[in-house]
Amino acid sequence: MKRGRIGSWVALLFGAGYFIIPLIATFEFSLRVRRGEYSLDAYRNVFTDLRFQETFTYSTAVALATIVVGVLLVVPTAYWIRLRLPRLRPVVEFITLMTLVIPAIIIVFGYIRLYNSSSWLPFTASARATDVLLIFGYVTLALPYMYRAVDTGLRAIDIRTLTEAAQSLGAGWITIMVCVILPNVRVAVLSGAFLTFAIVIGEFTLAALLNRPAFGPYLQNVGANKIYEPSALAIIAFLVTWGCIVVMQLLGRARRGAASDTR
Amino acid sequence: MAVAFLELDDVRKTYGPATVVQGFDLSVGRGEFVSFLGPSGCGKTTVLRMIAGFEEPTGGAIRIDGKDVTDLRPNQRNIGMVFQAYALFPNLTVAQNIGFGLKVAGMPKADANARVAAMLELIKLPQFSDRYPYQLSGGQQQRVALARALAPKPKLLLLDEPLSALDAKVRVSLREEIRSIQKELGITTVFVTHDQEEALSMSDRIVVMSEGRMEQVGTPFEVYNFPRTRFVASFVGTLNILRGKVGDPAKGTITVDGQEIVSARGVADAQPGEIRSVALRPEAVILTDPGGTRNRMQGTIEEVSFLGSVVRVRVRFKDNVISLDTFNSASVAPPERGKPVTVTFAHEDLLVLEGAA
Repeated sequence: MKRGRIGSWVALLFGAGYFIIPLIATFEFSLRVRRGEYSLDAYRNVFTDLRFQETFTYSTAVALATIVVGVLLVVPTAYWIRLRLPRLRPVVEFITLMTLVIPAIIIVFGYIRLYNSSSWLPFTASARATDVLLIFGYVTLALPYMYRAVDTGLRAIDIRTLTEAAQSLGAGWITIMVCVILPNVRVAVLSGAFLTFAIVIGEFTLAALLNRPAFGPYLQNVGANKIYEPSALAIIAFLVTWGCIVVMQLLGRARRGAASDTR
Repeated sequence: MAVAFLELDDVRKTYGPATVVQGFDLSVGRGEFVSFLGPSGCGKTTVLRMIAGFEEPTGGAIRIDGKDVTDLRPNQRNIGMVFQAYALFPNLTVAQNIGFGLKVAGMPKADANARVAAMLELIKLPQFSDRYPYQLSGGQQQRVALARALAPKPKLLLLDEPLSALDAKVRVSLREEIRSIQKELGITTVFVTHDQEEALSMSDRIVVMSEGRMEQVGTPFEVYNFPRTRFVASFVGTLNILRGKVGDPAKGTITVDGQEIVSARGVADAQPGEIRSVALRPEAVILTDPGGTRNRMQGTIEEVSFLGSVVRVRVRFKDNVISLDTFNSASVAPPERGKPVTVTFAHEDLLVLEGAA
């Protein structure tokens, strides 16, 4: 028993070291702008860089739009599948998982083929239209995570009986969705939203090939042209992603706490 | 006869080759409390759900207050429904749950608040208005569910086994409360249950169902004392069943274990010599002989169970056994096992069950 426990700790330390040591090294490197002393100059340079502010703002806006579109698409779909078409669940799950297998570059090439400036739907000829394509591309990439999160949330409530209760009280579908379903899967939707945010904020392929001023291409550009700032940006990107995961964990704990209070 | 408020006209429901509800005809008067009673799978909830609009009938028509609602959506029928699993909205407080239907109907806020307050008083939970469902007990949640269903003043109240998830003591107190509220409001009510005690104690009429069919419709007194079918006789209340040979069908004589007994209701559809089952309620049988024209049977006491206020005695004849209950009395010792005994019961109390035994 004791040998097993030591083995577990060794494995944990080794695994943690595998992840943490490169991060520590990256962080340490990002502090080396000034010769002979550690400083936060690299971070200062990043935060004062106009392009950082523009690209981060742009990616945040696109992420929020992706979340809104994703919620509007996924929540009613997952709800209807659970309520009326349970046999289609495996099919829908398969479709949502396909984006894990199909790389983003395939989506982009498909976009360029269908929506190039010479086609009958020349979306890529307009910046705004290209933004819309980007958002829908991100919705596709985030689909497995958003659908899973929402589906898990719906599983925790008796949507059929709640729906029938609301209908017996005179509610229509929109009222049911807005007043009954969405509030009760709020935590699950937020989990999916934060996961979507983490995916979008650092995404490179779609943004670069659609030539949009997003954070992912900015990261790559800085990495190719600067020395210490890329390390600082890597740490910042990690912190943003970890921040999203921590919020998701806290939300998940809050959901479990509320459920355990139910008599 | 009162004008029907709820009418089910030859309502049927099939799922593929399976017929779960067959030819259901029922008229419910305004303000009447009708229970659908039967075992699991008999179709009672399916009928209720068709009335509510959650299931589409395969055939037949449903009318509420003279209006055909068969093809109307549930949110167009102006019904109130209480579910077995309470179905309170977890994200809303008690007051918000009760006011949900009022908000959907667009009632002004002041009026809605007054109505919610009145409903909270009705269910005796005025101090719980700001609590969430997870902060309530099962009985409290069901009362809130009832208030929520009644708040919009629906034409019809439907209850789908609302007491099944509650413990026995709460069930008894809550069913009295439901009946009291229903009488006070005069709302036409359909109540689904598999518990005969609930149905017998709460209902103006009971519809006993089995395998998608209506077995009998009647008052609790009628259904209990004059069951029309073997199923109703055995499902509603406890029943002693004896097998005997028909003597004179017109006179209703039957020989059970060599002893002739008489059924006042006759055995008109039987042939002499046919083997038939007869049934007796335990409370109809007594261990004393008050004289007069009664059936008498000699047997032996096989088992005596002291249950406190009741003493349950099992008497064996030759092949047949009956159970009877007597009230406990401190001055009278319980009968002894193995002793011979004569039991008596009235001719009217002997039920002849239909069909061959």
